[in-house]
Amino acid sequence: MTPRARLLLALGAVAALALPLVLPSNYAVNVAVMILFSAFLGQAWNIAGGFAGQTSFGHVVFFGTGAYASTILHATWGWNPWLAWPVAALAGGAVGLGIGALAFRAGLRGSYFALVTLAFAEVFRILANSAEFTRGGLGILIKADARAANFQFKDPASLYYIALALVAASLAIAWWLRRSRFGAQLAAIRENEDAARALGIDVLRAKTLCMGISGAMAGAGGTFYAQKYLYIDPSIAFGVEKSVEMLLVSMIGGAGTVFGPLVGAIALGFVGEATRALTSAQGLGLVVYGMILVAIVARLPDGLIGLFARRIRRRGGRDA
Amino acid sequence: MLEVRGLTRSFGGLKAVDGVDLDVPEGEIVGLIGPNGAGKTTCFAAIAGFVRPDAGSVRFAGRDVTGHAPHLVARAGMVRTFQITQPFARLSVRENVMVGAWLRHGRRAEAEEAADRVARSVGMGAMLDMRAGDLTVAGRKRLELARALATSPRLLLLDEVMAGLNPTEVAEIVGVVRAIRDGGVTILLIEHVMQAVVSLAEHVHVLNQGRIIARGTPAAIAADPAVVEAYLGHGAAARLAGGGGGG
Amino acid sequence: MPSIDILLAGIVNGLAAGAVYVLVAVGLTLIYGVLHIVNFAHGSLLMLAMYATYFLFAKAGVDPYAALPIVAGGAFALGYALYRGVIGRFAHGKDENILLITLGLSIALDNLALFLFTGDTQTIDVAHAQRMVEFGPLFLPRAKVIAFAAALAICAALGLWMARSDTGKAIRAVAKERQGARLVGIDVDHVFAVSYGIGIACLGAAACLLMPSFYVSPSSGHAFVLIAFTTVVLGGMGSFPGALAGGFAIGVIESLGGLLLGEQLGQIGISLAFILVLLLRPTGLFGARR
Repeated sequence: MTPRARLLLALGAVAALALPLVLPSNYAVNVAVMILFSAFLGQAWNIAGGFAGQTSFGHVVFFGTGAYASTILHATWGWNPWLAWPVAALAGGAVGLGIGALAFRAGLRGSYFALVTLAFAEVFRILANSAEFTRGGLGILIKADARAANFQFKDPASLYYIALALVAASLAIAWWLRRSRFGAQLAAIRENEDAARALGIDVLRAKTLCMGISGAMAGAGGTFYAQKYLYIDPSIAFGVEKSVEMLLVSMIGGAGTVFGPLVGAIALGFVGEATRALTSAQGLGLVVYGMILVAIVARLPDGLIGLFARRIRRRGGRDA
Repeated sequence: MLEVRGLTRSFGGLKAVDGVDLDVPEGEIVGLIGPNGAGKTTCFAAIAGFVRPDAGSVRFAGRDVTGHAPHLVARAGMVRTFQITQPFARLSVRENVMVGAWLRHGRRAEAEEAADRVARSVGMGAMLDMRAGDLTVAGRKRLELARALATSPRLLLLDEVMAGLNPTEVAEIVGVVRAIRDGGVTILLIEHVMQAVVSLAEHVHVLNQGRIIARGTPAAIAADPAVVEAYLGHGAAARLAGGGGGG
Repeated sequence: MPSIDILLAGIVNGLAAGAVYVLVAVGLTLIYGVLHIVNFAHGSLLMLAMYATYFLFAKAGVDPYAALPIVAGGAFALGYALYRGVIGRFAHGKDENILLITLGLSIALDNLALFLFTGDTQTIDVAHAQRMVEFGPLFLPRAKVIAFAAALAICAALGLWMARSDTGKAIRAVAKERQGARLVGIDVDHVFAVSYGIGIACLGAAACLLMPSFYVSPSSGHAFVLIAFTTVVLGGMGSFPGALAGGFAIGVIESLGGLLLGEQLGQIGISLAFILVLLLRPTGLFGARR
């Protein structure tokens, strides 16, 4: 990493740590929490969609699995949510491995893969809507008991720091991926599967494992969300909106880059707040999101980070 | 090192490869030539595991690898390049070659160092930071070679690595290939560029319509009438022998 | 286990609904067959057409069946413009890109509907379509019978037009061989846009046939997209007989699913069918062997 980049990272870390102290209101801190959370989920998608090139439209399935796993363990079986949290991640990871194995063994790629993940998410949503142990369409309510030991916080600043820790962890994972053998395998697979095979890469295993990691991260995100809002139901846990958000945030920031999802989440956060300031009517923000996606694919396929990288490259610098 | 017996593969009703026998002794450079559509690339695909042979066997370094998955064949030490180059377009040349190097080196520093070394050995030292998608055809061919080489193979299957190169570039790559062999790698190459076949190959097998029609040294097969017919058409050998009057 | 009578009624209802799904699938198949794009915006565009039908009825008192040519025509224009202005222009030919662009389009359209029309579901009450028609032991609402007949008639007409008309021949030429078509002077971009437009016009027609028995809300788009793709994948991407078979199959699966598993759980039949087809036989029942 160049010294200049290291400085920027250090400054960014300090700014991130100090942010809750500087922001004017609880509402603002909450917005920051959701931006960080969005960045974390986006990074989960990025592992599969960006680094490995497996565009999924149904990533919410892992999020929802995690959310229900920890919430059922906590609300129905009395587990401490901190203990249920890793179980949620494992559950998300297991579903990731399962869907990955099924889809990739069947040779699904590109649009077919995207659509089948969407279908899986739908199946989970319908099942959650009909099953006893998920309380069906009623959803599950978590009893409000705001103690740190109970993974519930009254003040948004605490949640902010947890979200920040999650983002930091996700950045570390992405960073490791970039520099490791596994990451190189995923990049090769993304660019050209046959050439990857010819160089000794077990493509099926790598793709499946990558879905497992991605699913585990998204599952962990599910618990955070459930503990923040203290309520989940099938449409929250498995609705297509979350899948879209995860994808959008990565694509806009730069799919396949370490900081892409964070940049994308910040950008989308601003757009969201701006439209909310303009009108209270629902939906306008997302219309803009849709148009931004089209614009990104059309003009900026490497996302915002690609835009900066191009500028840096033109000035003669080297990539980090 | 490589023993192919009775290799057969059909597509639809067409026998692309029909009972091919092939031997590649260790440390040699062997050529596989033949007119377009003869089935050479299909042979490679079947040998390297990309396509399942309908019949026949492939033994590599004493082990049966018939029908094994391509990544297992590559890990065993038999690595192929592609006729139509398949670069990892958005990665740099260095990163491309590193994908090969990672197969044998567990640490990033080692893989990077090995990749740089291999890239330099094929003359790509100056292009290490370039985006693979921006390379010329000659560059991509070299990249295919470098990437495969970085896996420390025991046998390289080179598919038309000279195609699209000008005579100077061909001469350079011929030198590189010879150096690779001298470094202990056995090579089986598909080639159309006769200059390269003649300079490099110790033995040549000629494939036509899925069958081996001749084997021998480059000099011997060049004089073989069956080979001339395969390339120039029915009756050509006789016409050439007769001094070429008319038609 | 419901009695044979009820099952039969379920199947017939499914076939009736299936005819409209066939119409939806035919549009998607045309778009895939000619343009080789997976039109993720298909569901959202159907939803918009249904809103158009709703407003024509609610604000202007136009009977949905009478509105069919208007809505289909408007849908064609919208489709043509969308292709020319957005999809064709930005796709750069890459499969990945087109999927994401149509995804972006669907997000924008779904939420535009949410913004303009709010999240409420809307229905129309077409009196004459509610009357029951007798079919031996079965009773079907008129709306379903009309939908069945009209959908098949439109498909047949479209098929005939594709086979006989100059434009239809041009479309088939472009679908088979893009470059060759260009070389003989066919304006390929125009043909692409026309094909996309026709695909969306099918949605316009389907909307008019659906509204009397159905409802519309901004989330309908998302609900329909999976149905549309399941239909097409079941039959085989790019195959018209497949679209026919797939549409009826999905209609019956949905109907029987609802009958046997209940309203909520019944919906799972479609998604499961989709997953199973993709995992076990991705080329569908009629598709070409890959």
